[in-house]
Amino acid sequence: MSGFLAIIRQTVRLELRAGGGAAVALIFFLAVVTAVPFGVGPDLKLLARIGPAILWVAALLAALLGLDRLFGADREDGSLDLIIVSGEPLALYALGRAVGHWLATGLPIVVAAPVLGLLLNLDPPAMGAVALTLLAGSPALTLIGTVGAALTAGLPRGGLLIAILVLPLTVPVLIFGVSATTGALSDPEPFLAPFLFLCACSLAALALAPFVAAAALRLALE
Amino acid sequence: MPSLTSLANPTRFLALSGAILPWAAAAAALLFAIGLVMALVTSPPDYQQGDTVRIMYVHVPSVTLAMGCYAAMAISALGTLVWRHPLADVSAKAAAPLGAAFTFLGLVTGAIWGKPMWGTWWVWDARLTSFLVLLIMYLGLMALWRAFDDPARAGRIAAVLILVGSINLPIIKFSVDWWNTLHQPASILRLGGPSIHSSMLWPLFVMMAAFAALFVWAWLAAMRAEIYRRRVRTAELVAAHPTALEPRTA
Amino acid sequence: MTVTEAFPALKLKAQDLACSRGGRFVFSGLSFELASGALMAVTGPNGAGKSSLLRLLAGLLRPTAGDIACEGGREDEPVAHYLGHLDALKPAMTLAETLRFWGAIYQQGRVLTDSDLNEAAESVGLGHAIDLPVGVLSAGQRRRAALARLILSPRPLWLLDEPFAALDSQGESLLRRLMGDHIGRQGLIVAATHQALPIPPDTTLTLNTT
Repeated sequence: MSGFLAIIRQTVRLELRAGGGAAVALIFFLAVVTAVPFGVGPDLKLLARIGPAILWVAALLAALLGLDRLFGADREDGSLDLIIVSGEPLALYALGRAVGHWLATGLPIVVAAPVLGLLLNLDPPAMGAVALTLLAGSPALTLIGTVGAALTAGLPRGGLLIAILVLPLTVPVLIFGVSATTGALSDPEPFLAPFLFLCACSLAALALAPFVAAAALRLALE
Repeated sequence: MPSLTSLANPTRFLALSGAILPWAAAAAALLFAIGLVMALVTSPPDYQQGDTVRIMYVHVPSVTLAMGCYAAMAISALGTLVWRHPLADVSAKAAAPLGAAFTFLGLVTGAIWGKPMWGTWWVWDARLTSFLVLLIMYLGLMALWRAFDDPARAGRIAAVLILVGSINLPIIKFSVDWWNTLHQPASILRLGGPSIHSSMLWPLFVMMAAFAALFVWAWLAAMRAEIYRRRVRTAELVAAHPTALEPRTA
Repeated sequence: MTVTEAFPALKLKAQDLACSRGGRFVFSGLSFELASGALMAVTGPNGAGKSSLLRLLAGLLRPTAGDIACEGGREDEPVAHYLGHLDALKPAMTLAETLRFWGAIYQQGRVLTDSDLNEAAESVGLGHAIDLPVGVLSAGQRRRAALARLILSPRPLWLLDEPFAALDSQGESLLRRLMGDHIGRQGLIVAATHQALPIPPDTTLTLNTT
């Protein structure tokens, strides 16, 4: 257990320090959200309507950043070898890295989303809804990304490949996330059902992703 | 890979598949000849859709095989990871481009069908969207295979992703259906169903069989090509390290 | 750190070991035994499989054929330390953080205190650098920082891959002393090397490419 906590702590520290990806992910999130109005025009009504979806898509894209370093760095500098020899369960290691990565990149995005909602003319309930659904859904994004990161850990440049592999797998998370957000805001549409599906996605990913990632890491090392 | 046990099986496979290949090719040619005549000439036009309905004879077999291909890859992936069968990852790797091709064909024929029916090439219909995601997954898998230079390692890694996908695809399908009912009330013309007349059913069956034969032929041929490709690679490795060919005994 | 009692008796056995990489055999039919308190040198030219053998013993590779057994060790307790070519250091972490991290990973039921960390850093001659980020250390110092892991948590079997490469003269005498102490405590060492070891090995396993 202390090994698991140490992995989380180390991941967060590495992400926050020089060379880490936490700030980059947050800035990227901001940049994507800023770019959309330039594409669709500054119509505030339209932006308010599609704002939650913009924030969700931007969060999804930002979640894909930095995944290639999650295990790639450990593989390159030999840490992964030592983790395996140490006897630390590989699934716990993968989970620790995922949790640390989420704390350093996912959580700040959840917190920043309502603030960026101001730029998209979201009213306070919409900001709350986006933050809530991102809080429930972003762990699934990170965990699914962890699997992609583990699959490509043996490659020198896996970054773009991870995005290709992970994006289709995250379609349900995106659908339920945006559905729950719009459900919370407009009356006829359901909120609870997609929100529960969203939570189910995160929980299922939490239960499965560490083991799949561990299996992939073992194969990547052989 | 010489001197490993894996060589024994591929050799037998090459002999067997070599015997099957011409028969599969002949069956595909014959079935296509019959099926196309039935589909394009002898079968009646639909009373609503007219001749457009004939696209169905290509579209339905394509989408069936697009899904069947993934099932075949999922079984192959189990073969790679659980039973460690040396041919399993060859089979999965050979099936992936075929699956992508059938998915693409299904999407294109769907779009061509949709233009006169829906008045637009593409609608974000649940089936079309699911298939688009399936196509991306096939392409991602192919990219993953290409990214590794050791085929055995690539095969095991890809097998993990195939199995992840086989868990995820039903979830994706479900979520897309959900999303679709939320955004588009079912106004789209649904095709197929049990009401199809036997004069159209028979050409469809023959075309299905023709596509299946084509798939078997292409799959076997691709597996053989992959085996030969690996033999060339092994030969290159052996040429670079001549002494490591035979197992050394201490 | 100051624990110096002897390790329980352990026997490392390899039976008919074969290793293949990328479809070709690196070696095969390899058998040996190593008992507590012994140092085995693994020699041979480049590409003969020295590193592969160590990775097999460490459990990082699966043998193509054959068995590796460690008799006398407890089932649930990992016995080995592995020192590869790479130092496994994160430039942005300080030495203290690095040691604390690996201490937690190698935990053996006790939490490392600051004095434990200091002692480990002192013993590899890096006591002064404990609060510095690892990124500012020289190559020789990093190698010594990697050595600190060996003493951070006592484990009976050391698998050392070219341990004397990239070490400065201070590091070399340090490692010689560490290895001597380890053997003295009835530890086992398997060291892959292409040069003569400064400590005479008890047995030498020579791998050939022919």
